[in-house]
Amino acid sequence: MADRIPAPDLLPRHATRERLLHWLVAVAFVFAAASGLALFHPALFFLTNLLGGGPWSALLHPFVGLAMALAFGLFALPLWELNRLTAGDRIWLDRLRDVVDNRDERLPEAGKYNAGQKVLYIATVACVALLLLSGLLLWRRYFSGFFAVGVVRFAAVVHALAAFVLVFATIVHVAAAVWVKGSIRAMTLGTVTLGWAYKHHRAWFREMTRPSSGR
Amino acid sequence: MALQSLDIKQRSATTTSPPGVRAEATVELAKLIDTTKCIGCKACQTACMEWNDLRDEVGDCNGTYDNPRDLTAESWTVMRFAEYENPKGDLEWLIRKDGCMHCADPGCLKACPSPGAIVQYANGIVDFHEEHCIGCGYCIAGCPFDVPRISKKDNKAYKCTLCSDRVAVGLEPACVKTCPTGAITFGTKQQMQHDAAERVVDLKSRGFENAGLYDPAGVGGTHVMYVLHHADQPGLYNGLPERPHVSAMVRLWKGAAKPLALGGLLVAALAGWLNYVRVGPKEADADDERAAERAKERTDG
Ligand code: HEM
Ligand code: SF4
Repeated sequence: MADRIPAPDLLPRHATRERLLHWLVAVAFVFAAASGLALFHPALFFLTNLLGGGPWSALLHPFVGLAMALAFGLFALPLWELNRLTAGDRIWLDRLRDVVDNRDERLPEAGKYNAGQKVLYIATVACVALLLLSGLLLWRRYFSGFFAVGVVRFAAVVHALAAFVLVFATIVHVAAAVWVKGSIRAMTLGTVTLGWAYKHHRAWFREMTRPSSGR
Repeated sequence: MALQSLDIKQRSATTTSPPGVRAEATVELAKLIDTTKCIGCKACQTACMEWNDLRDEVGDCNGTYDNPRDLTAESWTVMRFAEYENPKGDLEWLIRKDGCMHCADPGCLKACPSPGAIVQYANGIVDFHEEHCIGCGYCIAGCPFDVPRISKKDNKAYKCTLCSDRVAVGLEPACVKTCPTGAITFGTKQQMQHDAAERVVDLKSRGFENAGLYDPAGVGGTHVMYVLHHADQPGLYNGLPERPHVSAMVRLWKGAAKPLALGGLLVAALAGWLNYVRVGPKEADADDERAAERAKERTDG
């Protein structure tokens, strides 16, 4: 896939493959979460209308979830190494108060991803894995019949819990994307400004501007 | 599914009260199945097929009298035959008419996510309204008796209606009407408990010391009850559960988890937005851009 060479005042952040997969995940997530939350709480049952009413919504939910898990796996697993927590990250996490209050100068330098992003990443990977496994057990049409009813009941609780954490994490994720100006373009255009990288991911900025980084 | 009635006590996936202006609209009804009088003729199975216009596929024989072998979307009641050798060494043929128990505390209704797909009438009948069923199969996970079945044809859940359509117009269920030995009777729950008590005394006097009524308290009692010769061992009757109850998993999943999770998500969304409004964006300003340029030029040399 062709990645344009960015202008000198921009840094490449997400390759085309990454961006496409990310938005596939996002679209699948919206439909899977809506059709899933609809079954979780009666107050949200109206969300079944997004996929064409109750029966269609219930029928499609597992297929959409499967598509999301697949796209997510392709997107996220290659990012595993970049999201390992470091000693600096622990300090960052201890200073969440400063993060919330926008006192970013008091935070340790972040690499490509900051500690908050890494924690969200790890939570998201765990939740998608749990959703996939428990979702298969709950899939009455093809699978539930092969398992004891106690296992299916347990899967229902796990599925609801993992979905809750994933939706919660995604709310934080989207809020952060809106909060940190100049981030959305990282996932849409693929590039960020030098100032953005300098302010929010200084260690990554230095790595990217070192002459030996091959650019 | 059946004729609609206003006397509704509970409705699936509904958080507001059911229609309730009428005082004591009806009494609780129950079907009493006396396994000690049942001869296993399956007239009730046939009556059920006939009244409800159900024609299951013709199955095959697995060496027992169970036919069909299990409940299906088109067989809402099935006779289950068990051969039991009692401590005296005699053979007892224990026959149980299986089907929905019409629990006072129905796990199916608790688990169902579709508003109004499962209702419980004031008379105790638990009824599936298939036109609202979305085919998710949660009722199967909720039921302590493994009763509901999803049809492969239309992807909807089915089970015994206790002939709610007949009962609504003052008739007894089709199986009751047809039973040639009087093993199945129908009336107010109180009357059925009374009749059962008399029968139990009779059975005890004939050597079945453990005879008793199966009306399990774990599901709040049922509106289909059994007289058993061995009420101390319901498992003998093809695995009739000894202490059925709505699973703790289902209670958690469809109980406390719902408001907590919904509240948690609302708080997260609101907190994210309000904090943005409070402190403003995280933004690289002109100083950052200039500092970045300088840092880059230094490395570019
Ligand atoms: C409409 C909703 C979404 C928006 C607006 C959004 C926005 C973004 C943005 C701007 C980035 C780049 C952050 C950076 O480069 O530092 C990003 C990265 C990412 N997104 Fe999303 N996203 C959305 C939905 C999702 C969903 C549903 C998932 C997964 C279930 C997801 C998983 C990720 C992951 C794993 C990363 C990489 C960050 C890391 O590895 O730490 N996103 N997203
Ligand atoms: S026996 Fe099962 S299907 Fe019947 S009312 Fe009880 S929980 Fe529902």
